[in-house]
Parts: sequence; structure tokens; C-alpha cells
Amino acid sequence: MPRTADVPGEGATRRILPFAMPGLTLVAALVLWEFLVRYHEVPHYLIPAPSLIASTLVRDFSSLTGSIWFTVQLTMCALGLAIVGGVLIGMCFALSRTVEMSLFPFAVVLQVTPVIAIAPLILIYVRDTFAALLVCAWIVAFFPILSSTVIGLRSADHNLRDLFTLYGATRWQRMRLLLAPSALPYFMAALKIAGGLSLIGAVVAEFVAGAAGQNTGLASRILESSFRNEIPRMFAVLLLVSLLGIAIFLFTSWLSKAVLGHWHESELEREK
Amino acid sequence: MDARMPDAVSRRPLIEMRDVVRRFGSGNVALEGLSLVVRDCEFVSLLGPSGCGKSTALRIMAGLLAPSAGTVTLNGPGADADIAGGIGFVFQDATLMPWATVFDNVWLPLRLKGVGKAAARADVEASLASVSLLGFAASYPRELSGGMKMRVSIARAMVTKPRLLLMDEPFAALDEMTRFKLNNDVLALWEAQKLTVVFVTHSVFESVYLSSRVVIMGDRPGRAVDEIDLSDAWPRNEQYRTTSKYAAHCRIVSDALARTLDNATDG
Repeated sequence: MPRTADVPGEGATRRILPFAMPGLTLVAALVLWEFLVRYHEVPHYLIPAPSLIASTLVRDFSSLTGSIWFTVQLTMCALGLAIVGGVLIGMCFALSRTVEMSLFPFAVVLQVTPVIAIAPLILIYVRDTFAALLVCAWIVAFFPILSSTVIGLRSADHNLRDLFTLYGATRWQRMRLLLAPSALPYFMAALKIAGGLSLIGAVVAEFVAGAAGQNTGLASRILESSFRNEIPRMFAVLLLVSLLGIAIFLFTSWLSKAVLGHWHESELEREK
Repeated sequence: MDARMPDAVSRRPLIEMRDVVRRFGSGNVALEGLSLVVRDCEFVSLLGPSGCGKSTALRIMAGLLAPSAGTVTLNGPGADADIAGGIGFVFQDATLMPWATVFDNVWLPLRLKGVGKAAARADVEASLASVSLLGFAASYPRELSGGMKMRVSIARAMVTKPRLLLMDEPFAALDEMTRFKLNNDVLALWEAQKLTVVFVTHSVFESVYLSSRVVIMGDRPGRAVDEIDLSDAWPRNEQYRTTSKYAAHCRIVSDALARTLDNATDG
């Protein structure tokens, strides 16, 4: 059968569909939820209706902004330090097998020991709550960056390495012009994971700390709502945590596309 | 005979390898007593079966590998250092940086020597023009065909105006039409730039079409077992492929290669 030329507007449809489909599914699910809760008269302290969650969120938003900011700060600081630490230690590992052999097992131990198990100790040793939470979140987020950076730096094409040797490249030229770009796809993949993990780390650490009071994050609001049996508020805060995670994911995905889009297989758009 | 054809005796030796041995850590012996002289302006093909150490020999010439024993001398006009800066290397794959444009890929050798983009522009563009790719300076490697990538790779090797060009089975992965075209490109460069070329291949036809001399290498142990002078056939162009001289040369080189393989099997 002969293929027909593109119908005008088909491109626009193709662009909208990835947003329209999940959007419609979500709306349908919310409508069904609302209907079932109302129809069966489910008490709101068991399952609140979406409309109640939304109105709670609007009502309580001003009292939650401090907590949102706290969690955002904690997550971003943890991610930032995970990037700096992971990349720097990764570079040391990539440059020296001896350093890697000596230190890598400890990085693994840090990673495989559940942060929930270490957190109480950290909370004892680190006086400042924010700093203690930061350490916990950092431990969770930094390992993917470290291991991917090491693999990425090692993955540079060996013929290109020879070419750099042939033309007498300095260590710095080799790092900047060959190893770093080669590692970038690995790093971006790790960043997507670490972005989510730093939020998980921030929330989990706060749960363990069980911190109360004004200067605390969204996890404390969830705990607090649970103690007070304010289930709609709990859902509202949960929604905020999810939105934060989605925002981080969208940002890291966008960044990956912006950085790799013009050359790397993983982000290339193929013409069909 | 063309004035460009090297007079093998009077030309200065550019590379001298004496009894070169190369063992790898695994106990593998790639080369065992390779002796080879490449003279100024020659086009020498290293021809032999897979695993006979051709590529290893090339890497030793480039200084990318050190010989386990034996000596390698690179003779510039006076000093070793003179030629050492002037080696171009073309790999079997185009080996381009996928994140960099064609221009930036060709600029790389100059960039590593500290030449800025603006200062390098004329040389990079001249080199791209010599392989007819000037219009693709802003493209990324993924936008090019296999043959075009290989031409970028050649342009990169030529941008420093090397005296010596080392090519490691550069066209093995290309289709025949593209290979013929690139063969002619390389011959044109060799003539225009008064290059010395060492060309590793496992194709009898390619080696006969391109080289002024074919060195046949045998495996286990890898060393030069025979060499055939082809400098009496000139000029080299598409017509040459149809001449009886070309056929005769192919025959001679094939027979020499077959003898090597027989000896290896008997041994």
C-alpha cells in the first residue's frame, strides 16, 4: 500500500499524545476515586476524596511552605554534594587503581548498609539536625554518581586514548577533552537516579530523626498528620513529596537531553 | 616512470626496525624478530593474515607500544624528534569524538598542541577541503556515512602536515565503491603532500593498487617474510585496475602470501 504524505496537524497530535494520554488516565482515576468514596460513603479518616485532599492542600498550603522549602533545600544540598563528592572521588578512582582498590569497598559498605540503620548513629554524632539529615541523604545519593563516573571515565574509546597519546596530550587535556565527555552519558544516567534517591534519602532520614517543631520538612508533616489522624492532610503532603520528585525527574531528564541530545544515542530523536 | 615514484635505494630510511620483538602480558608473542626499513616517500603496505602482528608493528612505529626487544629508529632530517611530531595515524574505525563537530574533530591534533580555534581554522579547512568535506564542518559524526567518517579521520591525521602517515586497515569495513574512492584519495594525498605511508591491509588487491612496495608478514612468529617491489607500475588510477600489469602484480603478491601461509601450516 502506498504511504500517504503526512496529514497536517499529525505532528502536533504526536507531540500532545504523550501528555494527553496519562493526563486523561489520571483524570479518569480521580473521578472514579471521588465517585467510589462518595457512593460508598467512605469516612475521610480512612480514604479522603480527591476533592477533600485538594481543599486541604489549598487551606494548609501556607503552613506547609516552610516544610516544603526545608525538604527542597535538604534534597538539593544532598544532590549537590553527591555530585561534587561522587565526581571528585570517581576521578581519583579513575586516575589511580590503587586508590580505587583501597577505598571502593568502603563506598560499597556505605551504600549497602540501609540508611535507616545508620541514621540513628549519625543523629547522635552530628549535633545539627539539618547537617545530620544531609549526611544521611548524601550517603544514599552519592554512590550511583560515584560508580557511574568511574565506569564512564574508564569507558573512553581506547583508539581515541591512543590518539591523545600520539599528539602528546596533557593529563588535563585528556580529562577535559576525552574522559569527561565520554563519562557524560553515564553521569547523566546516574544523575537521574541520584535525583530521586536524594529526595528519598531526605524523607527517610527525617522519618528516622522523628524531628518535630517548626524547622522541619515534609516527612515530619506526614508523621505529625498520622499522629493526629489528619488523613486528608497526610495525603496532601504526600502529594507535595510526589510533585517534588516529579519536578526533580523532569529537570534531570531535561538536562540530560540538553547535554547529550545532539550526539548520544540515548537522547537522539530518530526521524521516522 | 613517474618522477614521484621513489628511487628505493637513494631515499633516506625514515623508519628502521631491527629484530623487533613484542610480547604481551598474556604470554602472546605478536612479533618475533621483525626487521623492516621504510624509506622517505615510500608507500609501503604490510600484508598478512589476521593476527600476524601488522597492527602491533604499526603501533610500535607510532610509539604507542614499546618493543619488548630490538630497536626502532625514526629518522627525521637530523633528529628523531623531528619526525616524532609529524606522525598521522588512521585507525580501522574512524575513531571520531561523537560529541564534537567535524571541525572540532579535525582541529583536535592542533588543539592538543595548543593551537587555538581561530589560528587553526585555515589548516583545518584546508585539510577538510583535501578530502572534499569542507561543507560538513558543522556536522556531527553521526550525520555522516561510513566513508565520510573515514575521510574526516584522514583529514584529522593530515591536519598537522605529517611526514609519515600510518594507516591500520582503514578501509576494511567499507563497501567496495567507497573503498576504491578512498584509495584514490589517499594516493592523491600521498602525491600532493610528499608523504611516506605505511598501510596495513589484508587485501592483496588494495595493497597492489596503492603501494610502491608490499611487505608480506607471516604469523607465529610475526615477522616480515617477503617483500615485493611494485614501483615499476605507474601511474595509479582506475585504469590501472584493468591492466595486465596490475593482474600480474596481484598474482605475484597472492603467490607470495600463499607461500607464507603454506610455510606456516607446514611449520
